[in-house]
Amino acid sequence: MSSELPESAVPPPTGASESTSGPSRRTFVATGAAVGGAVVAGGAFFVGSGEATAAGVAPSSEVSLTVNGTRRTVTVDNRTSLLDLLREHLGLTGSKKGCNAGACGACTVLVDGQRVNSCLTLAVRLEGAEVTTIEGLAKGDELHPLQQAFIDEDAFQCGYCTPGQILSGVGCIQEGHTDSPEEIREWMSGNICRCGCYVKIVRAVEQTAGRK
Amino acid sequence: MHPFSYTRASDTREAINAGRRGGRYIAGGTTLVDLMRETVEHPETLVDISRLPLREVTATERGGLRIGALVTMSEAAAHAKVRALFPIVSEALELSASAQLRNMATIGGNVMQRTRCTYFRDVTTDCNKREPGSGCAALHGYNRTHAILGTSNDCVATHPSDVAVAFAALEARVLLQGPEGERQLRFADFLLRPGSTPNREQAIRQGELITAVEIPALPRPLKSGYLKVRDRQSYEFALTSAAVALHIRGGVIREAKVAAGGVATVPWKLSAVEQALIGERPSGRLWAEAAARAADGARPLQYNRFKVELLKRTVERQLRIVGEME
Repeated sequence: MSSELPESAVPPPTGASESTSGPSRRTFVATGAAVGGAVVAGGAFFVGSGEATAAGVAPSSEVSLTVNGTRRTVTVDNRTSLLDLLREHLGLTGSKKGCNAGACGACTVLVDGQRVNSCLTLAVRLEGAEVTTIEGLAKGDELHPLQQAFIDEDAFQCGYCTPGQILSGVGCIQEGHTDSPEEIREWMSGNICRCGCYVKIVRAVEQTAGRK
Repeated sequence: MHPFSYTRASDTREAINAGRRGGRYIAGGTTLVDLMRETVEHPETLVDISRLPLREVTATERGGLRIGALVTMSEAAAHAKVRALFPIVSEALELSASAQLRNMATIGGNVMQRTRCTYFRDVTTDCNKREPGSGCAALHGYNRTHAILGTSNDCVATHPSDVAVAFAALEARVLLQGPEGERQLRFADFLLRPGSTPNREQAIRQGELITAVEIPALPRPLKSGYLKVRDRQSYEFALTSAAVALHIRGGVIREAKVAAGGVATVPWKLSAVEQALIGERPSGRLWAEAAARAADGARPLQYNRFKVELLKRTVERQLRIVGEME
């Protein structure tokens, strides 16, 4: 799956990076992409806040939203999905890009408390929104009960779908669709697990819902 | 994805003005963003209508229901009035998409959603809906999931919505507001069969906005339900589906509302089935006889012949389920 070309034209906002010191594999890859994008996009470095209108520059907008409790103000190319904003601009790579088409659920996050597919959510539309990702579920060193249940139940193998499964599970429990394993299966069907850990995922959700 | 400019409408008038100038409305965005990424859609301007005050569900006189265009699928499905008056609408919604998508997608957008035809979504193939005059790759391609009813030689793509099938069965109306004021269209007149212009999918004018879908009052008691048949148990589009609502009094069917999904280019009202039911006493034989009319006029393609029989059985089963409900 291709990522949106132009997002790299907009530098990450100041203070938005959560990376540790020294270049990681991720920052190295992201930096490389940014350079490549700048060449393609030409005058993209002149993009400022508000709507850009100069010829050859993709329109961008400023948006303020809260991510895991921290207020962020970013300027994004209008095409940027919430998923790409999280991963490529804010360094929150927990949310995964599977299909990038709303068919797999790996990108699931909470927006204003509701589980949504972040790949189909345009970041520019999220003015004032509150976003919760897998990085924002734990309280300090204490994992969210569903995160702990995934570990206790061994509810993953490769782990790629897991952040989406957990965020979706949090939504499912909040919505109250956990009365039976069948009901959990139906209401978790938007999250595909190619390793086939469904039995244990259902058990983790059931166990966490039962504790509430 | 092609670049686009973005504007957020703060009221309906502002939205309609932007729409009249060629702006494309975006509500939940679950179809539109996906198709923009595939470059099937490439609007120059997106007009965000998600903050317009079109989020109410209201009971109308004598037990009809009006659902605001921006009510999300999950809100509509869970709404007490929807569940009480037309549980078939909740059922159809909850059998659609996934919980995440239902939290995003709206009722208006659901009605406006575009086909899942793989050739429509693949810009390297011929598609009269996407590119008028280029041809239809599905007609002689892999057309297992395509339509057997309401097709033309130019297009055989199905309408993917579930709730629209329930709306069509119940003879809902689409409420519109546009530069020239308000109007209402019957569901059957709103969604267009492809004919020779498959690129025209709705009878909507530039700048017009769906404000609500209204279901008319029906005699009570009303028994109803939605059955969906698909390749996997959940999170999949219909191969066939049936929406059935029956008003039975004194042991006789007085009113019958039936439509099918997954089989036609638009939600398919089954008037012949309805006529076969009205005035009759419920029986196993009646369900079979009425359902035998469900595929009248079908034109199956190479790989979807199975849908003719599957449709009749889907309708028969759902007539029995609803007709024999306590």
